[in-house]
Amino acid sequence: MKALRLLTAGLAGLIFTAAAHAAGGAEHPHPPEGGWPFDGPTGQFDQASLQRGYQVYHQVCSSCHSMKLMSYRNLGEPGGPFYDPAYPNPNDNPFVKALAAENEILSPTPNEVGDFDFRPATPADRFRSPYANVEAARAANGGAAPPDLSVITKARHGGASYVYHLLSGYPHDDAFVKREVDGETVTYVDMSKMGGHGGEHGEGFLKINPGQYYNPYMAGDTTPNYEGDPRHAPKGGFLAMPPQLLEGRVEYTDGTEATVEQMAYDVAQFLAWAGEPKQEHRKSLGVAVMGYLLILAVLLWFSYKQIWRKIEH
Amino acid sequence: MSGHESSYTPTNAFTRWLDTRLPIIRFAQDTAINFPTPKNLNYWWTFGGILAVCLATQIITGVILAMHYEASVDGAFASVERIMRDVPYGWLLRYIHANGASMFFLAVYIHMFRGLYYGSYKAPREILWILGCVIYLLMMGTAFLGYMLPWGQMSYHGSNVITGLFGAIPLIGESIQTWLMGGPSIGNQTLQRFFSLHYLLPFMIAAVVILHVWALHVPGNNNPTGVEVQDVEKETVPFHPYYTVKDAFAIVIFLIMFAVFVFYAPNVLGHADNYVEANPLVTPAHIVPEWYLLPFYAILRAITFDLGPIPAKLLGVLFMFAAIAVLFILPWLDTSKVKSMRYRPVAKQFFFGFVATCLLLGWCGAANPDDAVIKALQGEPKLVVSYTENEVEVTSEYKGGGEAYHDAKSFMDSLPADANPSLSAVPAPTFQFRHLSLILTFCYFGFFVVLFFIGLTEKPKEVPESIHKSVLKRHKASTATAIPAE
Repeated sequence: MKALRLLTAGLAGLIFTAAAHAAGGAEHPHPPEGGWPFDGPTGQFDQASLQRGYQVYHQVCSSCHSMKLMSYRNLGEPGGPFYDPAYPNPNDNPFVKALAAENEILSPTPNEVGDFDFRPATPADRFRSPYANVEAARAANGGAAPPDLSVITKARHGGASYVYHLLSGYPHDDAFVKREVDGETVTYVDMSKMGGHGGEHGEGFLKINPGQYYNPYMAGDTTPNYEGDPRHAPKGGFLAMPPQLLEGRVEYTDGTEATVEQMAYDVAQFLAWAGEPKQEHRKSLGVAVMGYLLILAVLLWFSYKQIWRKIEH
Repeated sequence: MSGHESSYTPTNAFTRWLDTRLPIIRFAQDTAINFPTPKNLNYWWTFGGILAVCLATQIITGVILAMHYEASVDGAFASVERIMRDVPYGWLLRYIHANGASMFFLAVYIHMFRGLYYGSYKAPREILWILGCVIYLLMMGTAFLGYMLPWGQMSYHGSNVITGLFGAIPLIGESIQTWLMGGPSIGNQTLQRFFSLHYLLPFMIAAVVILHVWALHVPGNNNPTGVEVQDVEKETVPFHPYYTVKDAFAIVIFLIMFAVFVFYAPNVLGHADNYVEANPLVTPAHIVPEWYLLPFYAILRAITFDLGPIPAKLLGVLFMFAAIAVLFILPWLDTSKVKSMRYRPVAKQFFFGFVATCLLLGWCGAANPDDAVIKALQGEPKLVVSYTENEVEVTSEYKGGGEAYHDAKSFMDSLPADANPSLSAVPAPTFQFRHLSLILTFCYFGFFVVLFFIGLTEKPKEVPESIHKSVLKRHKASTATAIPAE
């Protein structure tokens, strides 16, 4: 049928154009082994993983990264990590209340004498920001303000897979080499020992500037720092964040073993949820809408055939 | 307002009373119910109805989104996310609106190519075509203004590029740019005026759509044969129910595709950078517009040379605007008397070439101009050692595989300490997107020139005497082939 052929062609064209936007310079973040449970039209989040992910965010990430678009109540909303059907209003959920109260925040509203107090957060409050403003964040982190993580999975190519690989893709300890250059100790990454992350990395040495960390999944340019054939400069770039998820950095309350990959997986899933908390609802509503439209299309097709049956056209 | 005779008869006292005061029912009856429409229209003709649905969808979702949106540089980004998180079904409204823009353009491009193929711009429909071009221009303006509102990185830096285009105009350019931005740079005042205009332009589109429909109803629809209706009895059917049902079917098929994007891939047509809040101090690595503006962006960037006194930047801007302006004069560029390309074998080949050109221009617009079009054909980069010898910059080149690197390295080691050598890789010359863009830009404009000359020399195929005869012929042909199959 002509109309259908044309629509598929249009669709293919659109996807083609969109795919052409892909970024270069960094390793492509494939989904972790087994994929993400929330992938695909029927994918759902793994609630236990979301809960662990919140724990990683709370105990590790939140000391430098804000999530300004999130409120504690979001944690207890349908689809959220701590949703409990017994409390349709997350503000009543005692667990969410307790999670909020773990954080002391500067109250956004003045007290009865006009001062702003520090107080434990309530579910209605926004996530506590580690710094008062971007200048403070920059000053405390060697000039690079840690990005807000509210929509980080939508703001990076690869989404949750990017977060997963970035956090677990730093070079291992045995890949680092120290050399004396002009009386100073300079750290290098021996690219031949990178292994595991994204395949071929070549032979040369990558100079690490003080306060910088190499990561093959970070967008950037390694050529200026690469001591080797510049035609084969390694993919990736430098960032100011040192590797955070070291083995056993958190002790999971549910007893799961806190390997680097496990923590990266959980926090990436949590951030994917936080980036769009309504996505499960979106997908399930999509099924109903598609069903409705398909039935309507069939009915209209037969109506069309019926009405036009006597007209030669 | 319609070219055909009114067939409406008021049936009761009230409608008779109303008909002599404000014949609005007669008007609706004549334009949307009884309007005689050629019976041989194919599915390409359903895009008019699809576009009406797109416009209505954008206006309805847009009005509700505006109730929750905050036009300020401090609050815009967060307010868009608040819509997605806290407004009931706000995520649905916003995704429909954002993807709706893409769907609107997809439909309008098909609608325009249909007009081009079947010669719908030719007499007596020149005004109809020009009004369509005005709508398209307004759509591009509206889409550009709307893309700025989420105040993401691409919003900000994209707006910077587009307003910067006006700065290329000699003498008055900078004043125009400042006037558009409301100040020396893009800021809160720019966002507020863009929001205001983004709300205004769709209603101007709606107004021009009314004129467009009016201009359609005077000569009536063109049709795939390009032959005008001669016998209203035999060759037309009333718009309702024949075309309302056909359009409705096509609209629902279109909505299914629309829904796939909204529900399952809502961000695939956008750019990840637009989920990073605008930061004037950090420029994204690649600034690209939304897909529907990419062909024009490619034309803009294709011009990298000065032409006499005209600098490259201005020339690019001129070509880009000319690419749209040429559509306005199309009715007089095409010299052929035959409307439909069905009967124009030579022009038809060029038409398909033009469609391919537009798609490829879109591809170029998305790519980095310096990248190789075909990566596999690009040779190994060469190594260049730059150093100073007797206070003069000297370079030494090395080609080949791993040994070239070792040669370059040992050469660097052999140099004296004050030579200060550095090693870099220079990509091998290749066919880059900038070259392809330039060729395609000439193909784009070449099509309109070719159309002028083909019309003078081409020998068209035999055009059917009437719509009726064409339908009969086709009908016979299809039954004749159907019999042996049974």
